[in-house]
Amino acid sequence: MIEAHGLTKRYGGKTAVDDLSFTVRPGVVTGFLGPNGAGKSTTIRMILGLDAPTAGRVRVNGREYVRQAAPLCEVGALLEARAVHPGRSARDHLRALAATVGVSRRRVDEVIGLAGLEAVAGKRVGGFSLGMGQRLGIAAALLGDPGTLILDEPVNGLDPEGVLWIRSLLTGLAAQGRTVFVSSHLISEMAVTAEQVIIVGRGRLIADTSVAALTVDGSLEEAFMALTRDDVEYRADTTAGLAGTGRR
Amino acid sequence: MSGITITAGAHAAGQVRLTQGRVARSEWIKLRSLRSTAWTLAAFVVVTAGTGILLCQNALSHLHQGKHLGTSPAVLSLYGAYLAPITIGVLGVLLATGEYSTGMIRATLAAVPRRLPVLWAKLGVFAAAAVVASEVTLLVTFLGGQALLAHTHAGASLADPGVARAVVGTGLYVTIVGLFGIALGFLLRNTAAAISTMFGVMLMLPVLANLLPPDIAGHIAPYLPSNAGQAIMAIHPIPATLAPWTGLTLFVGYAVLASAAAAITLIKRDA
Repeated sequence: MIEAHGLTKRYGGKTAVDDLSFTVRPGVVTGFLGPNGAGKSTTIRMILGLDAPTAGRVRVNGREYVRQAAPLCEVGALLEARAVHPGRSARDHLRALAATVGVSRRRVDEVIGLAGLEAVAGKRVGGFSLGMGQRLGIAAALLGDPGTLILDEPVNGLDPEGVLWIRSLLTGLAAQGRTVFVSSHLISEMAVTAEQVIIVGRGRLIADTSVAALTVDGSLEEAFMALTRDDVEYRADTTAGLAGTGRR
Repeated sequence: MSGITITAGAHAAGQVRLTQGRVARSEWIKLRSLRSTAWTLAAFVVVTAGTGILLCQNALSHLHQGKHLGTSPAVLSLYGAYLAPITIGVLGVLLATGEYSTGMIRATLAAVPRRLPVLWAKLGVFAAAAVVASEVTLLVTFLGGQALLAHTHAGASLADPGVARAVVGTGLYVTIVGLFGIALGFLLRNTAAAISTMFGVMLMLPVLANLLPPDIAGHIAPYLPSNAGQAIMAIHPIPATLAPWTGLTLFVGYAVLASAAAAITLIKRDA
């Protein structure tokens, strides 16, 4: 369970996240959608305590993330930008993270297998493809067997097989009763994976509803374009035209 | 999917918890899993031992030519420690700034959101590794250098007054230079900025102080971080420098101040 109340982040004069309140419930995959620059990554960074909110608060399982006794076992996170030292092997990277809360080496090998990284686990991460980097990030997120998973753009750089893998992984994790919060700008991907969606634009909440409710009249993509029409910072004229046609 | 059930693996014993000791273990894994650590430590050993032995060799030829030595030859074998900022200091900086330049810091702080345990663990683990490396290197260099000078009247023994203190103290000085590097790295988060600051403070300030009028320099120079720390290397009292342990204590004070500033920055600034 993730609960945000009035979450706000300002950088100088620019408001990245503006009075955002939402609840992410366990048992379903919740998509976190928004155009580029909508404040998705900033929100995720605030959930994880990497950025301090200017106002408001966010709790994970009833408690601020900073106060968790075993952070890695409460929340597993995949961050958008690569958060790995390229000079370290995948296994050493995972072992170092696991050690912070005393997660066993056996579990490290387990997540390596789960992410399909056995063949490259001893290799330095600097030589990894984007897809392998994503798999390593997901392995790290699963290390502590957490009840809550927060994944920022998990399908970035994955091949079709990897995309399928992520889909079944996410729905499987949610079916086990975990909270699964996934940001993406790929609406079609979320349409097949997520049950709930939280849509943001320019840092503000636009919609917090089920995918089923949004797709009564058409596709999730059309609903998204209609909702975020006024909140996109840059859009080519042709796209705007097409979206308009679709709505009429 | 069987590998990700809630009861399997990680949570089995219900004893997963973040502790300072476990964060230290994590930092130890990080330290030894980077090749750059081994390379930089090797560079430190080569530079320190090489400088010490070369200077003793040089002293030996001076003595053979009947010249007088300006410096106690016991100290000569420790002179490589003057270059510590370039090796151990840089290693300390890289341990911190490497996290920021690669983005690893986000994974690190997401795993340890209280943040300060990471700083303490890095300082502690590095201090343990560096103190072993530097004490062994300096002791071996000292004994090697004195073996060269054994047949001259200039040789020194660890049993001579102040010699053991100088050898052991120099190892401590080198270690603290590295800790100062870690603090600067966390404070500035940028490799180039932290290394320039380290070189500026440790290597340039004493040179600049010497350009001041002597009566002013005399009031400033002994208290500069590197001069204060290097007071521990003296075997016989040197005028216009602090007493050995007084100097080293002042240098520790500078490192503590830098670490405190690093701690505040780590807590206050977004990662």
